[in-house]
Amino acid sequence: MAAIGINHFLALSAVVFCIGVYGMLTRRNAIAVLMAVELMFNAVNITLVAFARYVTPETATGQVVAAFTIAVAAAEATVALAIVLLIYQHHRGIDVDKVNFMKW
Amino acid sequence: MLENAWLIPVFPLIAMVAIMLVTHRNRMLSAGLSIAAMSIAFIWSWAIALTVWNNPEAQRFSFEWLDLGPSMHIPLGIQIDGLTAMMLIVVSTVALMVNIYSVGYMHDDPLFSRYFAYLSLFGMAMLTLVLADNYFLMFVSWELVGLASYLLIGFWFEKQSASDAGKKAFITTRLGDLGFLIGLLMLYAAVGSLAFKDVNGAVQNGTLTGGYLTVAALCLFAGAVGKSAQVPLHVWLPDAMEGPTPVSALIHAATMVVAGVYLVARSLILFGVAQDASMVVAWIGIITSLMAATIGLVQNDIKRVLAYSTVSQLGYMIMALGLGGFTASMFHLMTHAFFKALLFLGAGSVIHAVHTNDIREMGGLHSKMKITSWTFLIAALAIAGVPPLSGFWSKDEIVAASAGHPVFMALTLLVAFMTAFYMFRLYFLTFTGTPRDHHRSDHAHESPLTMTGPLMFLAFLSIVSGFVGMPWLHHGFSSVVYIGEPHHAEFHLSTAIIATSVGLSGIALAYLMYYKRAIDPEKIAASVKGIYTTLYNKYYFDEAYDVLFIRPYYVVCDAWFWFDKTIVDGMVNGAGDLGMFWSRVNAWFDETFVDGAVNGVGIVTRAFGLTVRHLQTGRVQNYAFVVFATMVIIWLLQ
Repeated sequence: MAAIGINHFLALSAVVFCIGVYGMLTRRNAIAVLMAVELMFNAVNITLVAFARYVTPETATGQVVAAFTIAVAAAEATVALAIVLLIYQHHRGIDVDKVNFMKW
Repeated sequence: MLENAWLIPVFPLIAMVAIMLVTHRNRMLSAGLSIAAMSIAFIWSWAIALTVWNNPEAQRFSFEWLDLGPSMHIPLGIQIDGLTAMMLIVVSTVALMVNIYSVGYMHDDPLFSRYFAYLSLFGMAMLTLVLADNYFLMFVSWELVGLASYLLIGFWFEKQSASDAGKKAFITTRLGDLGFLIGLLMLYAAVGSLAFKDVNGAVQNGTLTGGYLTVAALCLFAGAVGKSAQVPLHVWLPDAMEGPTPVSALIHAATMVVAGVYLVARSLILFGVAQDASMVVAWIGIITSLMAATIGLVQNDIKRVLAYSTVSQLGYMIMALGLGGFTASMFHLMTHAFFKALLFLGAGSVIHAVHTNDIREMGGLHSKMKITSWTFLIAALAIAGVPPLSGFWSKDEIVAASAGHPVFMALTLLVAFMTAFYMFRLYFLTFTGTPRDHHRSDHAHESPLTMTGPLMFLAFLSIVSGFVGMPWLHHGFSSVVYIGEPHHAEFHLSTAIIATSVGLSGIALAYLMYYKRAIDPEKIAASVKGIYTTLYNKYYFDEAYDVLFIRPYYVVCDAWFWFDKTIVDGMVNGAGDLGMFWSRVNAWFDETFVDGAVNGVGIVTRAFGLTVRHLQTGRVQNYAFVVFATMVIIWLLQ
């Protein structure tokens, strides 16, 4: 069993990201979509910290960016959940397929 | 007093402006203004005349009016000499009398005030005309009197014949005025000045001579022919009788129509050198005189007889001037002004009483209107040349002036005979015998004092005005009104006897025919029917002019009208139609192609948008899919 290297982390990240993409494109529940987006964020975070650990171990650049991403993701989640709440109040539902009233 | 004489015409001018602008609502005030202004002119003129009587030397007062550099400057000014003084007296006296007379005659006219404004305008213009010291000012006032004449002939403009007569007078005299203007330009071109003094000087020192002078003099004479109603431009004067009768007395008998004679008299030094022109003047004068007298024999309109008499007497004056009889002509001008104005005013008084112009409807008016009848008789005697009335003295001088030319003398006497005849035909038919129209006669009555007063005053002048020219006077008319050297007429007993007997025989013939009825005029008329009709129709002058000038003129006008209507209008309308057509083509092009292009952009954009908008599903997941798919594609491609 080889030692855990950067490729493992990248593979994990890719898997999680693809799961996130798949979830985001397929789930009808807006909350689930948001959760899928969170998955994608975290996949990216994994990539960032992995590169930081293996490529530039002497600096903490990747970790800092990851921390920023987490903060931004939290803000995004707040705004998105607020929108979802409002949509729910208006439409009595949060099915994203139904939320197409902003199209032409 | 003399240097301020330019103020004389200013008073009537002020009166005219005041009447027009201020007092026109107050009839009597308007008339009063006009009369007051003319009274000042009247008194002033007589004062000037008295001064000039003692010192006939010409005096000139001028000022620079237009200065356009050394080559062109026109001074205006007045010249006072015997001729001017005499004209001033004639104009202001007759004008004042007519003004007063008109108060009675025009009493019921709704345009009373305007009438007096016109009279004042005329007074102003005529007084300026006789005062002018140069042809330029003379021409200006000449046109102004023409305007006043036009306005007053057509005063009763609601009558078609009156407004036509006004136009006829204006246009006919304008023909002569054209000649006058050309003459002035010729004189100015040759002399460089239009002052009488300078022009006469140029003639006397020989700078202005030969054919050029003859043509210039004839051009001036053309103006006189128009204004003084000489053949062939005499046709307007009889028609001018459409105006109110006092106007006929003032303008078309005593003053304005003698402006032409005055013009020739003023220019007589020119004519003295240009002998050919003089002969033309003399012949035109005698032909006019003869022609008008013969027409006057058979007319039935009281005013027309007087009008033809005026034309005839003007011909006398013109002829005398052509023969060099300056003093004789001017003397006759003065006496004629008085007795002809009197005749017209008397006729006006008759017309006022019987409301007709036709002497066939009058008769027996003597007992009804004594003053009118007596004054008319005095004037008729004067014009017939019965001694010692004024016409006798002046007509004698005219006959004497023609003495050197047998043809002229014979014709002059013939005219004198006819004048006496038609005047007394008029008198007998109007005032004596039995009334031929009882209805009119019964309502006839003597005119008010405003009318008979001027009649009596003019009758007085008709009697005495000849005495100033009596040949025995040491200091008389001829020592004041002359050119060159004073030329004192000698009294030829034989001439006087011949002239008087000719006049008396005319009266006698009229007496036999129209008073005694010893000779039946109808029979004579029937025996020379052709001549009678010709005379009655005034030698068919109007008809001839109608055929020779007016109809061809209309034809030409019609032709031009057709040309205008068809060709010019056609071109204009064609251009318009072409423009319209081209505009339509342009519009079609614009609407089809330009608009098409513009709209096409819109349509294409819209169609594209309509097509492409289906991509915008509004489903967030679709968008996200596109994003990811694109990224994958880009990744695969690189």
